Amino acid sequence: MSPETRTWQGELKDAMSDLTPGVTFCILFLIAVFIIGAFAPWFAPFDEGEILTNESFAPPSAMLWLGSDYLGRDVLSRLIYGVRVTLFLALIITFLSFFAGVGLGFLAAAFGGKIDSWMSRGNDAMLSFPALMLALIVINSLGSSFVVLVFTIAFIDMTRVYRVARALAVNIMVMDYVEAAVVRGEGKGWIVWHEVLPNALTPLAAEFGIRFTYAILFISALSFLGLGVQPPQSDLGVMVKENMQAILYGEYTTLYPAFGIALIAISMNVFVDWLLQRSSAKLPDEI
Amino acid sequence: MRDTSQNGPLLKVRNLDVSVRDKKGHEYKIVDDISFDVQPGEVIALIGESGSGKTTISLGCMGYTRPGCYITGGTVNLDGTQVLDQSLPKLQELRGKEITYVAQSAAASFNSAMTIDAQVIEIPVITGAMSREAALAKAEKLYSDLELPDPGSIGKRYPHQVSGGQLQRLMAAMAMISDPRLLILDEPTTALDVTTQIEVLASFKKLIKDNNTAAIYVTHDLSLVAQVADHILVLKNGQMVEYGTTEQIISDPQHEYTQALMAAAHLMPDEIHAAPPVIQPEPPLLQVKGVTAGYGTQQEIIALRDIDLAIHAGETVGVIGESGSGKTTLGRLISGLMVPKSGGVFLDGNALAPGVQQRSRAELQQIQFAFQMADVALNPRQRLNKILSRPMMFYQGFKQAEATKEVARLLERVGLPTEFAWRFPPELSGGQRQRVNLARALAAKPRLIICDEITSALDTIVAQQILDLLEDLQDELGLSYMFITHDIATVSKISERIAVMRHGRILAQGPVDQVLSPPCHEYTQLLLNSVPEMRTDWLDEAVIERRKLVAALDGI
Repeated sequence: MSPETRTWQGELKDAMSDLTPGVTFCILFLIAVFIIGAFAPWFAPFDEGEILTNESFAPPSAMLWLGSDYLGRDVLSRLIYGVRVTLFLALIITFLSFFAGVGLGFLAAAFGGKIDSWMSRGNDAMLSFPALMLALIVINSLGSSFVVLVFTIAFIDMTRVYRVARALAVNIMVMDYVEAAVVRGEGKGWIVWHEVLPNALTPLAAEFGIRFTYAILFISALSFLGLGVQPPQSDLGVMVKENMQAILYGEYTTLYPAFGIALIAISMNVFVDWLLQRSSAKLPDEI
Repeated sequence: MRDTSQNGPLLKVRNLDVSVRDKKGHEYKIVDDISFDVQPGEVIALIGESGSGKTTISLGCMGYTRPGCYITGGTVNLDGTQVLDQSLPKLQELRGKEITYVAQSAAASFNSAMTIDAQVIEIPVITGAMSREAALAKAEKLYSDLELPDPGSIGKRYPHQVSGGQLQRLMAAMAMISDPRLLILDEPTTALDVTTQIEVLASFKKLIKDNNTAAIYVTHDLSLVAQVADHILVLKNGQMVEYGTTEQIISDPQHEYTQALMAAAHLMPDEIHAAPPVIQPEPPLLQVKGVTAGYGTQQEIIALRDIDLAIHAGETVGVIGESGSGKTTLGRLISGLMVPKSGGVFLDGNALAPGVQQRSRAELQQIQFAFQMADVALNPRQRLNKILSRPMMFYQGFKQAEATKEVARLLERVGLPTEFAWRFPPELSGGQRQRVNLARALAAKPRLIICDEITSALDTIVAQQILDLLEDLQDELGLSYMFITHDIATVSKISERIAVMRHGRILAQGPVDQVLSPPCHEYTQLLLNSVPEMRTDWLDEAVIERRKLVAALDGI
C-alpha cells in the first residue's frame, strides 16, 4: 500500500472531511468574531461612545438590540468595539511572546550545556512568580498604557512558550536526522530552521492557540481589575466591570461581554484540541 | 504436567479474515482466509516479512486485534471454546490463563518499578488461581527450568538488574506460570544479541516440550524457526503461501517466495571467499591509530581501547560485535561525532581534526555516515528532493535546479522511481527509506561510507537487496565501506577484511577468510557458532558448544 504524495490541497480536503459539527461551529464562530472585530465600524450600528438614551440598563429594544449600558450607550456596538480591542491586543501579545519564546527556547536546545542550564533556570525563576501578581506590580509601577500592557503580558507569556518550545526542540535535536545534518557539517542556524522547526510546527500552532486564549483571559482579568484597558477605550473586561451594577436591576448587560470572553476561549480550545488530535493521528503507522 | 491424552488439535483456526478500516470506511484485508491446526506440544511457526499479517493472526487467536483492525470472518476454536464468540470479560479470563503471549521486547513489557516476582505472579494471584506462596514456588521452578542464574533470588531483582536475554526468559516464565494451553511467541529473540539468542531459544524449546504446551512462533527468520517449529506456515500479504512440516519446507520449498526466504536467510556461506590480494597503497584511505575514547565529562567511561584499524580504497571492512562492543562508537568517532581521548584518525595519511566543527567541508565530504534506522534518520517533513539535494549544494556548491536534476539520477541509481523526489519519507516502505538513506550518503560523492547496521531493521529479503545495491555501487564508483553489524553471516559475504570487537577492543582483524577460519579467537568462534544452520538438530549441538566457549572466554 503506497500512499499518495501529500499536497496542501489534499491536506485541506482531508482536514475538512475530519470536521465534526462541534468543531465546525467553533471554527465558524472564531472566523465570524475575527471579521466582526476587524471591521467593527461597519458592523456596529452606533458609535461606541455615543450616548443614545437617558435610561441606564435599558432592556433590549428594536433600536438597541442588547439594551443600553450604565451611561445609556448601545451595548451591542460597545461589544463589537470591545471584541476588536481584545482580539487586537491578544494577537500582538501572542505574536510577541511566540517570537521571543520560540527563538530563545530553540536557541537553548540547540546549544545545550551551560547556556541551556542558565537560560532555563532563569526562566524557571520567572515562572515561579504568580503571573497576575507580576503583571499587577509592573503595571502599577509603570502606569497602564497599551505598550506597557502588551509588553508585560507578552513577557509573562514568553516564559511559558519558552518551556514548550525548548522541550519540543530538545526532543527533536536527538533524532538521527539532526545527527545526520551535524555530521554533514551544517551550522546550528540551518539545523534549527530546516530540521527542527518543520517538525515542531504543528504542536507550536496548537500552543499558539492556547496562548492566545490565555492572553484574552489575562487582558480581560486586568481590565476587570481596572489596570488593563483604560476608558474611553474599552474591551470586554472593562465592559464586565462597568456594567456589574446591572445584575442588581435584574438585567443581563454585564453577562454579554462575559459570555463573549467565554465563547471565544472555549472555541479556541476546541479548535486547538482538534488540531492536536489530528496531528497525533497523522504520525506514520506501520500496518 | 497436564493430561496429554486428549485427542485432536488444541487450536483450530478456520478461514480467519482480518481487515483494516480507515477513516473513510474503506476496508483492506490484511489477513485473508487463514486456516491451521495446532496440536498440544506442537510448535507452529508463522513466517513472513513485515506486513505479512503474522502478528495479526497470532493476536487474532487470542480474539484481539490492534486498534483499527477488525476480525471480519472465520472461527478460532480453542479446545471446544469459540474464542471469537466470547464476551470481553470471558476473553480476558481466557487470555491470562489459557492463552498467553510473549512480546518481542521484554524490556518494554516489564514495569521497571516493580520486582520481577511481583510481575510474574501477578495474574494467577489476582485471578485467585493460586496463592501467593504457591505462585512464588511455581515461578522459582520455572526460573530453574529456563536455566536462569540464581532461580531462588533472581525474582527479587528489578527488570533493569538483569540482562536482555534473561528478561526475555523471565517474560516466558510470566507467560507459563498459569500453565497456558497455548503460548504465543512474537519474535521473542529478535531484540537479543546473536550469542544470547540460541540460549533463549533452547530454553523456550525445552519449556514447551516439558509442559506439552501448544505454541505459535512468529518470526521472519527461517533459519531460527527450523530449530523450534514442527510445522511452518509461510505468509505473504496476509495470504498463506505454503504450509508443511519443518523438514519439508527447509529441504524442499515449493513456492518461489519460500525459496527466496531460504536464499535470504542469515546463513554462513558454504565457503568464505578469500580476500583478493590487493596491492594496498600506503597510506590507506582511512586509518585509526591507537584510539581510546569514552563517554562522560572526562571520558571516564571507556568505550574504545587502543583501536587500530585501516580501510583501503575500494574495500569493505566489516566491524562486528554485540551490543555494547563499541562498534557504533567507533563509527561515530571516525565521522567526528565523538572526540577521542587519545590517538587519532587519518585520512590519506593526514590527521583529521577530532570534531565535526573543526573539519573542512572537503574532509567531511569524503566520509559519509549511513544510519541504522532509516525511519528516524530522514526528516519526515522534508521531501526526498530536499534531503538528497542538500548534500550536493552543501559540498559541491550546486544550485537547487542542478541538484534537482542530479537527484533524479541518484534515485534511479538506487532503484527508486524518479517521481519519489516529491514524496516525504513516511510515504515510503522501510526498504525504500533505507535506499534513500544510502542515496543521501552517495549524494555527497564520498570515498568512504560508514554503514551502521543498515540492514538489521529490514526483512531478510529486503536486506539482501540493499546488500546487492551496496556491492553494485562499490564496483561502479570504487567506494569503500565500513560495515558495522552484529550479523557475522552478512559480513562474511560482503567484506574483504573484518575486525571483531568486544568490550571496546578489537580482538581479531584481518582478511575475512583468515579471521573466520580455524584456528580463530574464542569469541569469533562463539559468534560463528551462534549463526543458525538450516537443519533441525543444530540447536542442541550449538548450545553445548556455546557453553564451552563462554567458559573459555570467561577464563581469559
